[in-house]
Amino acid sequence: MFVVLTCMLAGIIAGYLLRKRKFRFTNRLILTLIWLLLFLLGVEVGANKIVVNQFAKLGFEAFLLAFGGVLGSVLAAWLLWVMVRTKFQSK
Amino acid sequence: MKGSLIILSFFATGLLFGVWRWFPKELLEYNISFYVLCALMFSVGLSIGNDPASVRQFRSLNPRIIFLPVMTVLGTFAGVVVVSLFLKNRSVSDCLAVGSGFGYYSLSSILITQYKGIELGTIALLSNIIREVITLLLAPWMVRYFGKLSPISAGGATTMDTTFPVIVRYSGKKYAVVSIFHGFIMDLYVPFLVTLFCSF
Repeated sequence: MFVVLTCMLAGIIAGYLLRKRKFRFTNRLILTLIWLLLFLLGVEVGANKIVVNQFAKLGFEAFLLAFGGVLGSVLAAWLLWVMVRTKFQSK
Repeated sequence: MKGSLIILSFFATGLLFGVWRWFPKELLEYNISFYVLCALMFSVGLSIGNDPASVRQFRSLNPRIIFLPVMTVLGTFAGVVVVSLFLKNRSVSDCLAVGSGFGYYSLSSILITQYKGIELGTIALLSNIIREVITLLLAPWMVRYFGKLSPISAGGATTMDTTFPVIVRYSGKKYAVVSIFHGFIMDLYVPFLVTLFCSF
């Protein structure tokens, strides 16, 4: 985890030092890497025997719990988003 | 929506390649995805550092955003409690223990297997992988309908590493620091809350 954050910090420093030069390619690079990472994540999940074998049995329950958690937190974040935004507009 | 579909198709293709074992063994042995993540984080850093406006924009954020981790916890628990009403053979505390993984599947599944056995541990593993995947796939859609904080909440404990690049891409660079802060706090919550709900 700290290696990952160090990579980003190195990127920020490099980007700041080279701020005179505008990198137009970074957005496209980020998107391509996101796609590659998603593909690799798919390979890892698909190749994991425990996940694939147990999916039929426990997958539905796991999905429902994940779905409930995501939906609840998204709605809670939406509430905070609305509160934060109205505060801004009233200023 | 188009963003989500493209992401979904990459993930689905990877899934099929994984199940059919259409990949060199070295791919998993050398943990290639970790290096891709590092390269990705470097690129995100590059784009943030290269754009001085993103730092200035961050200062204009409302300080109330500091409560986002609390919203994530409360929202997740509310959603999980509702789901637990439909899962007759699981207790509310078991469901809350699974939900307290917040996408951190490695740690939460190990802890839950220790405390509650392999079956609930496997559910925790699957459920938290699914949470991460849902966040990655639906982030563009969440931003559009539920605001820029929603993918950060959905990502739970993963918002400082795996889901971070997607969040920055779709919520904007302004939210990069929020995402890291949120992931850091949630990472601390996971072992504490999982243990708490497993002790009931």
